[in-house]
This record gives sequence, C-alpha cells and structure tokens, in this order.
Amino acid sequence: MRVRNRGAAPDDGNAPPARGASAPPPDPDRAARRSRLWSQLDLKLSPYLFVSPYFLLFGVFGLFPVLFTFWISLHDWGLLAGKQEFVGLDNYAFLLGDEKFWNALANTLGIFFLAIVPQLMLALLLADTLNRSIRLRGFFRVGIIIPYVTSIAAMAIIFGQLFGREFGLINYGLETLGMGGIDWQNNRLASWTAIAVMIDWRWLGFNTLIYLAAMQAIPRDMFEAAAIDGASRLRQFFQITVPMVRPTIMFTVIISTIGQMQLFTEPVIFGQGYGGGTQGQFQTVAMLMFEEAMGAQNFGYGSAIAWVIFLLIVVFALVNVLSVGRIRSAN
Amino acid sequence: MSKHTRGMRSVAAAVSSGALLTAVACGNGGGDGGDPELVIETFGTFGYEKLLQEFEEDTGITVEERTYGELEDWNEQLTQNLSAGSGLGDVVAVEEGILLDVMQSQDSFHDLYDYGAGSMEDHFLDWKWEMGHTPSGRLLGLGTDIGGMAVCYRTDYFEQAGLPSDREEVSELWQTWDDFVEVGVEFSESDVDAAFADTTTEYSNAIMRQSGDVMFLDQENELVIEESDSVERAWDIAGRMIEEDLTAELEMWSDDWTAAIQSGAFATMPCPSWMLGQIEENAGEEGEGKWDVARVPGDGGNWGGSWLAVPEQTDHPEEAAQLAQFLTGPEGHLGAWEARNNLPSSPETLQSDEVQNHTNPYFNDAPVGEIYAQGAMDLEPTHFGIGHFAIQQSTNTEALLSWEQGQADREEAWEQAVQDAERIAENN
Repeated sequence: MRVRNRGAAPDDGNAPPARGASAPPPDPDRAARRSRLWSQLDLKLSPYLFVSPYFLLFGVFGLFPVLFTFWISLHDWGLLAGKQEFVGLDNYAFLLGDEKFWNALANTLGIFFLAIVPQLMLALLLADTLNRSIRLRGFFRVGIIIPYVTSIAAMAIIFGQLFGREFGLINYGLETLGMGGIDWQNNRLASWTAIAVMIDWRWLGFNTLIYLAAMQAIPRDMFEAAAIDGASRLRQFFQITVPMVRPTIMFTVIISTIGQMQLFTEPVIFGQGYGGGTQGQFQTVAMLMFEEAMGAQNFGYGSAIAWVIFLLIVVFALVNVLSVGRIRSAN
Repeated sequence: MSKHTRGMRSVAAAVSSGALLTAVACGNGGGDGGDPELVIETFGTFGYEKLLQEFEEDTGITVEERTYGELEDWNEQLTQNLSAGSGLGDVVAVEEGILLDVMQSQDSFHDLYDYGAGSMEDHFLDWKWEMGHTPSGRLLGLGTDIGGMAVCYRTDYFEQAGLPSDREEVSELWQTWDDFVEVGVEFSESDVDAAFADTTTEYSNAIMRQSGDVMFLDQENELVIEESDSVERAWDIAGRMIEEDLTAELEMWSDDWTAAIQSGAFATMPCPSWMLGQIEENAGEEGEGKWDVARVPGDGGNWGGSWLAVPEQTDHPEEAAQLAQFLTGPEGHLGAWEARNNLPSSPETLQSDEVQNHTNPYFNDAPVGEIYAQGAMDLEPTHFGIGHFAIQQSTNTEALLSWEQGQADREEAWEQAVQDAERIAENN
C-alpha cells in the first residue's frame, strides 16, 4: 500500500516521476501556474469528490431522518394529528417506566441469545467442514447461502405454518410420535425458539461463508505440522482454527447484534401484527415502536423508542469493539 | 369488507407496494390534455371490477384499482400516506373503525358538497350519510356497504348433535345470547368432533356493536371502557363461552383459523354479509351445502362498512368525485352486492328485488338478501371514537384471546385490556 502514496514515491531516477515531483523550475507564466494549481486542487479535492456521493446520500437518507426522529421524539406528535406540543424528554421518561418497553427489550435480548449462540457455533463447525477436502465442496458452499437469498417474508410465512398449533407440520410430527403438541405462539420460550429457528435458518449460511473466508487465510502447513505432531481433528479445530478466526468471530457478533436489535419481520409475520402474541410474549423493541407509531398513532413516543434502539446498538457495538481490542492485545 | 389470510397479506403488500412505485413513477395521470387516469384504493373484496369497466366505457376515464389484502395493512398505508401528504390514490376507501381517526386531518380531503354530492342524501341510510361528515360539516365520504350481522353454521354438525338444522328453527333457538350459549353447551355435550365456535373475539365484537350505543370511547372521545354496558355484556357472554369451553381457541385470520374452516373444526361463526365470500373461499367445494345462515341473537347489528373519500392529494378531484358518486350510487351499490354480497347502505337498494330475492347457492340457497336487508333497515349505528380500531384490536384480539387460550384469567385479561386502551386513548 505504501508505494502507492503519491508524494512519497522514491525518486530513483528510473521510475516515472510522480505527479508534482517533476515540476519545472518556477515559471512566471500564468498558464503554467494555473495548471499547477489545478493539479494541486485535483490532488487534494478529487478524493473527496469521489467519496462525496455516499456522504451526500447518507446525509439525506441517514443523518437527516435520525436527527428529525429525535426532534419528533421531543414532542407530543400524532401521526394524523401532527405536532401538538413540545414535551422535552417526557417520552424518554415515560419509556423508562414503561413495562411494555422492558418486556420488549427482554424479548429482544432473549431471542438474540437463543438465536445467535447456537448459530455462530454451528456456522463455525460448518465452515470447518467446508474448509476440508470433501466431495462436491463447491456445491455445498453455494448451497449453504441459498436460504439467505430467499425472501424473508416468504420464509416467515412458511415457518409460521410449520409452527401452527392446530394444523402445523411440526406439531403433527410431535403428535404422531406420541408427544403432545406445543403451543408455539403462546408459550414464551416456545415462541422465542420458533423465531430463533427462523433467524438461524436464514443467517447460518451467511456467517458460515464469512468464517470460511477467514479459515482460507490460515496457512495449510500449520494444520499439516499439527497433524504430524499427532493433533486430532478436534484439537486442530480448537487450537488452530478457532484462535486464528477469533477477530472474524467478533465481527460476526457485532453484525448479528446490530441486526438482532432491529428484529422485526420474522416475529411480526409469526404473530400477525405488532403485538407479538396475545400478551406480548415475543414483542420485540422494533415491534413496539411500530405498534406505538402506527397502531396507537403516537409518533412521538415511537420516535423515542427508535432513538433508544439506536443508542442501544451504539452501546452494544462499543462493548464489542472494546472487547475485540482486549482479545487482540491478549494475543 | 373481508380480510385475507396471512399469506395473502404479504403477497398483497408486496404487490401493492410495487403498484405504488409504478404509480409514483408515472405521476399518476395523463396530464397532457387527454382523459385522466384515476387510481382507486380498496382492501379485501369490494366487488368493483365490473363497475369500473362500466365507468371507463361511459366516461372514457381509465381507472386502476389497487387492492390491499387485509384491512390492517390498508389502514396503515392510508394513515402513513395521509400524514406524508403524498402517495394516495384519487379515491380511497375508509373503513368505519378508522373513520374518526382519519377525520382528524379533515383538510386532507375534498368536501364532496363542492362536487354536487349533496343531492345524494336521500339515497343513503340516515346514519351512514351522517357519519360521512366531519364535525365541521364537510362531506368527507360517501357510504359504500354495511356489514349487517348473522350467524353462519354447519347444518351437518347441527344434525349430528341432535339440534334442529333448518335456518328458521335455528334462528328461533337462539333469540338471545344466553340462548346461544345454551345451544353451545348442548352442542358440546354431543359427540360431534368439532368446537361450537371458532373464537369468542368476534362474537364479543358483534355483541358490543348491537348495543347501538358507545363501546370503548364516548362522543367526547373519553375512554369509557370500564363503564360501558356493551363491553361488560360482551365480556360476560364471551366469558361464559370460555368457561364452558365452547371455542376452538383460534385467532381469527390466522393460518390455523383458515385451515380450521377448511377442515370443519368448528360449527358456527359470526357472519356479516361480506363473510359469506370468506367462508366460500376458505371452505371450498367440500363445504358447499354444509353451511347455512341464521339470524344473529339479539337485535341485529353491524360489522364492517366503508366510505369512499377523495384525498386532497389527487390531481383530478372532479373526476375522482364523479367516480366515488358512481360507485356509491344505486348502480354501484347493486353491482357490489351482486359481485360480492356487499350489503348496500341505501334503503332503496336494500328493498329492491335484486337484493330481497337474492339467494346464495353455496349456503343451501339461503335467502341472504332478505336476512341481511331486514336487519340493516333498522340498524342503530354504534359510536366508535378516535383510536377505536387500535383499542378493539388490543381488547378483543389480544386480551380476550389470551383469556380464551388460557394465558390469563379473567381479571388479568381485563386489566390488560383496560391498560392498553388507556394507553391508546391517552395519545388521541
């Protein structure tokens, strides 16, 4: 990377002179000065011009909505009635004492742990398997990502039917085996499990591919040397593979955290609405936000919840980043 | 109007958002001096396909209908686009549960008096006409259909249970809701392998609406859920049905509910006229001739019904108002009745031969026209209030159902209902 740094190009006489480095001796000629000015500007400004579209779009579609949402959250603001009055931080104060919010937060975190822990472990094992020389390796590597490209709504509808209480396939199977059916929606833990299964089915392939990419970067001779030393497959996995991909694991944890805090589509379709079950047993924070803003038309409070989700994601990301730093320095 | 199952809902949402994009891209109209193109937005089944064709032929104005599968989705879209100030069609359907919410932004709609709709007053049932007005007296919407109320039941199960199965006798059997529960108990003691009802949630809804009074909110939009006689009565009847274990404990419109209609897992369900199409669709050929329609216990009642309104956002208010008047006029009402059994909100049409003599072959040739029209003529409208739809969802669909499904006892369920209602009412 360093050699591409224009100003720092070493002048060994052979290499084509870097731009600006071979400037002619000072010339009073205006045109030449202007051209040099242009090239200076080009050098300084064009990188910013090239990256500007992203930041302009981010400003319009990312930053502005975030700030405007904060502005709304400081008001009593109905969706149809519009702005009613400035209430300061009242919406946030209400949120702190709101049982429904804490219930939703507990659900979100509960589903998160139920989904992510097995998912990442399974993804590691799968990636390790795909990293070996197995038959039809290419086929399996492509196949594993297919769930990720399917429509999330279509998937949730199918899983919703599988997990039906009376006519669902899973309960049918359980009853055929002589076990009682499970009330997937009404039992809190069962509903979390059903949603976690949907999440895992969809994201498992994605994380597996990321791990696989990281594992490909591990030098093969490390495994060979270990094998010669008599290390078993399992030992190689725990003492070479896992430590080598640890930063990647942290990366997937961060990505999953951000995704899970916004968990919405799967539970909404599972429970046919923002309520998350008859008693909110699987209502996530994002669902509560929609219920308040769209159902109860309380846009101000909905915005406050949106901001708290945003802050929570920031906090979780920071915790993750700090712990990554710890792990790195420990190595 | 009817709703669809879960699956249909998302498909419909996907399709409609696609339609939305196209409409936005095309700028929603001709604009180069030619005839304008109108967009009408509805939900469920309004039965407008043929009528729109007629309108196109008569006026040369092209009309595109955008339909949302489920009412809930459409309500949300309507609210969002109203507050955003763009994205709505030229004519939109507003359902009764959300009518007062929408009237909060009354300036977002054209006053239909400005387009000569005032002359239609005599055509409508008085209350339907009245409810289309904003508090300031602007005519916001013209009435489409009303729900009417009846009970659909499975004749074969009634026979098996040793109950009468003829619709007249069945209607005699349950004059009151207490009778209804007793019939249910008798049914459940027989050896028929089916529940008496699908769920209590919509029966309670029907009972509340029969009172012709207030439900959750009074005329001043104050929450009266705890003092409301109609709500108390509905919870009492529903409670007895729960205690006697008369229901299949299904959530209405869920996949399980649809599958249960198909497999015949329950014997009765509340049946506004638009529900006939739902049953026919879900029960399919196998159910033909097995279902029949009896009178509802108590004094009639109403469930469902809409108004057509012209949003301020439209570029063609004149033509849009023309379309709304056509669809809610005599011809439009009759067309919707013939296509989908959507009960007209006009006394004249209700008494017409086309409605009165209409029988439905799927339901044992039941004289559905007569059954529904009879109740509709002397219907007392129920006052809803702002936020009604959301409160009804949380009270009936969530709180009552959690009691029915054994997740809460009566006290807990009631507490949940009151708390949620307070929360919603506070914001409105």
